[in-house]
Amino acid sequence: MKGFMTMTIAVSETQFTQPFKDQIANEDNADLRELRERAFEHFAKNGFPTPNLEDWKYTNVSEAVSEKWLVSSESRTIDSDLDIETLRKFRYDRNGFTALNQAFAAYRVIRIPKETSVDEPFILEHSAMVGEAIFPHTIVIAEAGSRATLVEIFASDAAGFTNSATQIFVEENANLTHCRVQKDAGDAFNYGVTEVTVGPAALYNATSINLGGAITRHDIEVVFTAEGGEAFVDGLYMLSGSQHHDTHSIIDHKVPNCTSHQSYKGVLNDTSRGVFNGKVFVREGARGTDAIQSNKNLLLSNDARVDTKPQLEIFNEDVKCAHGATVGQLEEEELFYLLTRGLPDPLARNLLTYGFAEEIINKIEVESLKEELDAAVLNRLNAEI
Amino acid sequence: MLLEVKDLHAGIDGKEILKGLNLTVRKGEVHAIMGPNGSGKSTLSKVLAGHPSYEVTSGTVTFDGKNLLELEPDERAREGVFMAFQYPVEVPGVSNSQFLRLAYNQKAKHNGEEELDPLEFNDLLKEKAKIVEMDPQFFKRSVNEGFSGGEKKRNEILQMAVLEPKLAILDETDSGLDIDALRIVAEGVNKLRTSENGIILVTHYQRLLNYIVPDFVHVLAGGKVVKEGGKELALELEEKGYDWVKAAAK
Repeated sequence: MKGFMTMTIAVSETQFTQPFKDQIANEDNADLRELRERAFEHFAKNGFPTPNLEDWKYTNVSEAVSEKWLVSSESRTIDSDLDIETLRKFRYDRNGFTALNQAFAAYRVIRIPKETSVDEPFILEHSAMVGEAIFPHTIVIAEAGSRATLVEIFASDAAGFTNSATQIFVEENANLTHCRVQKDAGDAFNYGVTEVTVGPAALYNATSINLGGAITRHDIEVVFTAEGGEAFVDGLYMLSGSQHHDTHSIIDHKVPNCTSHQSYKGVLNDTSRGVFNGKVFVREGARGTDAIQSNKNLLLSNDARVDTKPQLEIFNEDVKCAHGATVGQLEEEELFYLLTRGLPDPLARNLLTYGFAEEIINKIEVESLKEELDAAVLNRLNAEI
Repeated sequence: MLLEVKDLHAGIDGKEILKGLNLTVRKGEVHAIMGPNGSGKSTLSKVLAGHPSYEVTSGTVTFDGKNLLELEPDERAREGVFMAFQYPVEVPGVSNSQFLRLAYNQKAKHNGEEELDPLEFNDLLKEKAKIVEMDPQFFKRSVNEGFSGGEKKRNEILQMAVLEPKLAILDETDSGLDIDALRIVAEGVNKLRTSENGIILVTHYQRLLNYIVPDFVHVLAGGKVVKEGGKELALELEEKGYDWVKAAAK
């Protein structure tokens, strides 16, 4: 079995070799060329992650990556605004996906100038066609004192493969709200990483909604690099059928006096499977850290399953930290309460489930997006509320 | 006859708590059920509302000509039974107005009345909220979430106002209320009191009955009614405590 799997991975690697050669031949930017080659080399050597790795224990991508994928022909020209140093900060060696992303990345840069407030959200939509592999790589720099909202929507309407990366820099006193919505078609495959650097007294407020796809994974890493930073790293995964979603999150308090809040919720029906792995690091010297983390899961079927692992690693004193995870069914007392108000049993259950999910969706301030997600949740419950 | 409870035996986890309880409520009447802790007051409320953890072992409950015990909790509610909870449950993520409109429309549908859209319902809710002096900002907030004890109890009475039950059971509605909140809640209940509905006040203390004056007072001890009388019985209890009724139960 093991030998077979290794072979499958090897086959899948080679399918990207020729497309990479074709593409790199057209890469004019020498720095970028070097960056891409180094990343591809890393990918060729290590391949896609397998369940032998602790971080990939529950998420097996071997079948998905061994499909025949056509590398998208999207433009890979680079914005002149982009400096190579920013790209170098990307941790392409995180895993095979991130390496492959850097090798093929189609870059897009959003820079919010100093002391500027942008009311209209920046909306980026990514969609892969059947059999197509896309590699969007977005860089957002919120300069000092700026304020903006980024909305990323992943909406493949067919069995495509999305391998995305987003690098976010929230500079001094800046305020960035980030909504990431993955609503791919039910047979799509999606891997994405979000890397965030939170600067002095900056605020990063993320909500990640995962509704679609067959196998999906989102890795998010938020690093505090200066005092006074604050981050909300929240999310929802709502799964049915045989969907599989995995969120791996890292919140890294490297410096003193930063605050992080994390609330992830899962609603799992049928034979779906969810994974939440959240690490919060409080490094040596990061005094005055305030970190709270929770992961709550609602299992609507006996065959649904979730593996949750919230972890706090504290190398310091004088911190305020709390974390917890729950996996369960609807609360009987809540259900009884709704029944005594005349709501029939299925409606009462749907309303509670809806409320559970809405706690995360209600965070979203982009009204049209919130309404759309609201409808998507109801649709998933087959309910009218 | 609105409610007729005959020789009711019921309990939880195999332990019998109600041991032959009788109670009759007619339209237009307010009944106070008093008694020491553990006498079965809350069990009676929960059994009438249909809580699934409680088991009725014998006896009958007839509500408006129907066998209440055969009905599911939601059917009871649509038939017109309402229980205000001692500890109202928080329902995060669901707004008060959303929840109340759903409940209102379920009942309207059941009664063959017109269902209301959100705008129409909002007008109705605004009117009803005046009964318990509730700020419309509470409509948008999640049901009971982050409400103070007093706000939760007012919200229960608001629900009663919206659902207009034939029989309202107020389970320890006075517990945890300061004097101002108690007054608002009691005045709300008084406004909802009509010649067509019946109200059961379940309470440990007499003070609620200064505001909502009952027609009848029933004292429970050991799972039975051990003493009955008019409003003056409540005052007697206040003075003498429950020891003498407990002794009477033995």
